[in-house]
Amino acid sequence: MTVAELAARLDAKVLCGAETALERAVQGAYAGDLLSWVMGRARAGMVWVTIMSNMNVAAVALLADVSCVVLSENVAPDEALLARAVREGLVLLSAPLSTYDVCWRIREGLADAAVL
Amino acid sequence: MPDIVRLHYDVDGDNFMAAGEASSTVKNVLKRLGIGEDMVRRAAICLYEGEINMVIHANGGTIDVSVSPQTIEMVLKDQGEGIPDIEQAMQEGFSTASDRVRDLGFGAGMGLPNMRRYADSLEVSSEPGQGTRVVMTLNIAPA
Repeated sequence: MTVAELAARLDAKVLCGAETALERAVQGAYAGDLLSWVMGRARAGMVWVTIMSNMNVAAVALLADVSCVVLSENVAPDEALLARAVREGLVLLSAPLSTYDVCWRIREGLADAAVL
Repeated sequence: MPDIVRLHYDVDGDNFMAAGEASSTVKNVLKRLGIGEDMVRRAAICLYEGEINMVIHANGGTIDVSVSPQTIEMVLKDQGEGIPDIEQAMQEGFSTASDRVRDLGFGAGMGLPNMRRYADSLEVSSEPGQGTRVVMTLNIAPA
């Protein structure tokens, strides 16, 4: 499942992201709002699901090398976050679902991809 | 690559929005030097945690990185108030960060534990009132 396919499954808005980044494969997910937990536990290629919306989200996402950031609950990124994400080609999605439901759909998507 | 590449950065205190600049620059330099993806990621995470700690607790400081064919060494120095009990500070979840800092998503008490997790060696020395010195080393090739 690519990031673009995930966005469709989540009914998410693609706020920004390089085309190549949208074609990257999703490799699991990590949900959390405490940045150091995410840095320590998220692995490269994972989706990061969070409600944090400040610029530090971009720094952590890029350092942890996640495949995209999903802002759940329709959270909007603040201006600085969006600007940095655009600059770096980082994919930011905004989904209308709760963090729990976002994770559920990621799991479904990964399971479907494994079957196909 | 040249024998040893040295990088120096000054980190501003209390600027949470710019925090991470040194780490992301170092990450790009390491990539350009042809260092493996996983190693680059580990070094960048270690450095970011250290950088954030200096911003939160020490009103900034300095970072010196030297990259040899064998190791990446990162030395962080600050003139902050120091860490009275390093063993306690190493425990997951222990934090003295303010509520303001926590609202930004920091202060989870995972900074030093993450550095220990991702660096091959971590040395922390601190004197109350004299600041803190952190040395992290990652081994590129087996010794």
